[in-house]
Amino acid sequence: MFPLNVQQPILAQADPARIWTWAFVGLTFALYLYIGWRSRVRETRGFYVAGQGVPAIANGAATAADWMSAASFISMAGLISFSGSDGSVYLMGWTGGYVLLALLLAPYLRKFGHYTVPDFIGARYYSDTARVVAAMCAIFVSLTYVAGQMKGVGVVFSRFLEVELWLGVVIGMGIVAFFAGLGGMKGITWTQVVQYFVLILAFLIPSIAISSMLTQDPIPQSGFVFSDISERLNEVLLELGEKEYTKPFGKFSQLNVFCITAALMFGTAGLPHVIVRFYTVKNVRAARYSAVWAIIFIAVLYTTAPALGLFARYNLIKNLHQSTVTQIELQTGEEKPQVFKFADQSASQQQAVFKAVQQAQQTNLRAETDPAVAKTSITYFLTSPDGKPLNWATQWQNTGLLKVEDLDRDGHINLKLIEFKGADDKTETRSELAKIDKDIIVLSTPEVAGLPPWVIALVAAGGLAAALSTAAGLLLVISSSLAHDLYIRFVEPNATEAKKVRVGRIAILLGILVAGYFGINPPGFVGEVVAFAFGLAAASFFPVIFLGIFSTRVNRAGAVSGMIVGLVFTMTYIVLCTADKVLPFLFDAPILTQDQWLFGISPQGIGTLGMLFNFVVTWVVSMCTPPPPEEVVALVERIRLPGEAGAAADH
Amino acid sequence: MTDSSKKQYWRANLKVVVILLSIWFLVGFGLSIFFIESMNLISIGHLGLGFWMAQQGSIYIFVVLVLIYALVMDRLDRKYKVSD
Repeated sequence: MFPLNVQQPILAQADPARIWTWAFVGLTFALYLYIGWRSRVRETRGFYVAGQGVPAIANGAATAADWMSAASFISMAGLISFSGSDGSVYLMGWTGGYVLLALLLAPYLRKFGHYTVPDFIGARYYSDTARVVAAMCAIFVSLTYVAGQMKGVGVVFSRFLEVELWLGVVIGMGIVAFFAGLGGMKGITWTQVVQYFVLILAFLIPSIAISSMLTQDPIPQSGFVFSDISERLNEVLLELGEKEYTKPFGKFSQLNVFCITAALMFGTAGLPHVIVRFYTVKNVRAARYSAVWAIIFIAVLYTTAPALGLFARYNLIKNLHQSTVTQIELQTGEEKPQVFKFADQSASQQQAVFKAVQQAQQTNLRAETDPAVAKTSITYFLTSPDGKPLNWATQWQNTGLLKVEDLDRDGHINLKLIEFKGADDKTETRSELAKIDKDIIVLSTPEVAGLPPWVIALVAAGGLAAALSTAAGLLLVISSSLAHDLYIRFVEPNATEAKKVRVGRIAILLGILVAGYFGINPPGFVGEVVAFAFGLAAASFFPVIFLGIFSTRVNRAGAVSGMIVGLVFTMTYIVLCTADKVLPFLFDAPILTQDQWLFGISPQGIGTLGMLFNFVVTWVVSMCTPPPPEEVVALVERIRLPGEAGAAADH
Repeated sequence: MTDSSKKQYWRANLKVVVILLSIWFLVGFGLSIFFIESMNLISIGHLGLGFWMAQQGSIYIFVVLVLIYALVMDRLDRKYKVSD
């Protein structure tokens, strides 16, 4: 089940933030549609690689938008916020991977000059099998990834516009279908340029505001280091009995920080939807400079995110810890909510409220097994210790991403571990913050910081821009793999230009339908697989592309066996460690538990080891088998030189 | 362009990449992971240098590495006249 259950709005109908949000989302969507219409294309070169006439700076902004997904925008600062120092794995993993891509792959793949990554693997390893395997991997990675983006779209729609989740996903799908289907890569590129500016503004404005508020320094990057905020947060965390924020290796061991960072780096460099962006520029030189622009654009968000993560953690604790319960609302199904005032009530009246809450909890337990029983939602209305009403906390409880409980019935929410009498009068120890989803950190910052409603609306539009831009890039990869690498190549090699573009459009629509279905009904494995997609990409794609450029000796036998070993090893290990989540109908516990991990390496970091195996196997097998044919050696030598024939070859 | 100058160009290219990636490794893995605890003994502002490197400094250095690569390769392209 999807974790969100959208309910009727509890707060006043004429919420100004919602009006602003509709206005911003409507405006940006209209803009994307307009650009899609302006850049509609008729031939394959425009459809897959935007006619290769995109200027470096525009391609840089488009790459940055393509690169920064809903996860970068919505989830990453939250992840860092809850990981402290070890959150650096995401920061360095995703930006450091970019260095590898820019120095080791992008210029050469641009020189190679075809449309897709499977094109390169097929040609370099003179094998249709390798091409098909690569196309399948590209489709698999991109599909799971795009389902994650659709989920992001759903979160934004259901939280800010209170639209049903499925409708939000359908609207998002419709918009992407329009500008990607009509304009292909050309449409996607120019929309992504606009989307970059929407998402970066949406990220910076609240970050600057919260930085000024907490550190008196408007620049988050400098407030982060030159104010005493980190020391204040460490102190607060120690008081709550948690680890210091800035101390390393609290969440992961040192070995795992290394392995996860490396898996994310090498995996990012091998992601097909990012590589393919470098096919759209004029020549090799432009590919290098568009990499420079892209990493500058990316760094703006990636250096702000850790600051925002730290500020938000501090602010959240300051607001929620020791907050006062003013009112509790119980609502069952479509019935009118029951409202219990809490503050200024006598002790016996308060106990009666808790009794009703307890009853509702018991009903909810029964509802989990018996679909005939209606669930009751329990919403706590809170005010912060300094007396501000925490409306954002109320609204997030409605989405199911935040859950608080006054366990010890003292009328306050306590973030320390507390002892209380639970069911059957047994003493239990828990925090009264029962659940907090990492996605709340970024999306609630403007409200937590008390910013005007239009900023909240801007953040919603920014989250959508991040999700839609990445989804579009991924859909193009799916479309090109299906249409160009598989259909046109094997089924109808003599198709006309018009037919090729038509097949591409049909493939995009197919991809959107599948992604949309997964967005509305995510199977349990999607969330898991997205997190591991990088490890799989690192263990399969990276070594083969890298060696294909930097060695003339590796051959088909080496590459195919290397890819298989890397992929199978990594996949098997991940499945063994997460069997209960990936195959829930077969297992209820992981087959390998944490203390049985190979050298203690977590499944998130295992791609690093898989990649090493891939390198070794590819190399050894290549050395034991005959070298590749002369025309392949000539091809490798050609892509190493930037000059001569830069345009995409026609097939 | 002769075969030997092609080889020279490729060697020069490799040298640039190896130097830049050594810095990438030293900053990303060395200072920010392997030696983060000793780096944290030095402070920058109110933070440990290791923590700051892992969450800020390394990213700035990555940007500079990609920029230097583009500039140096431009010069190499001109020297060997391989640009298009």
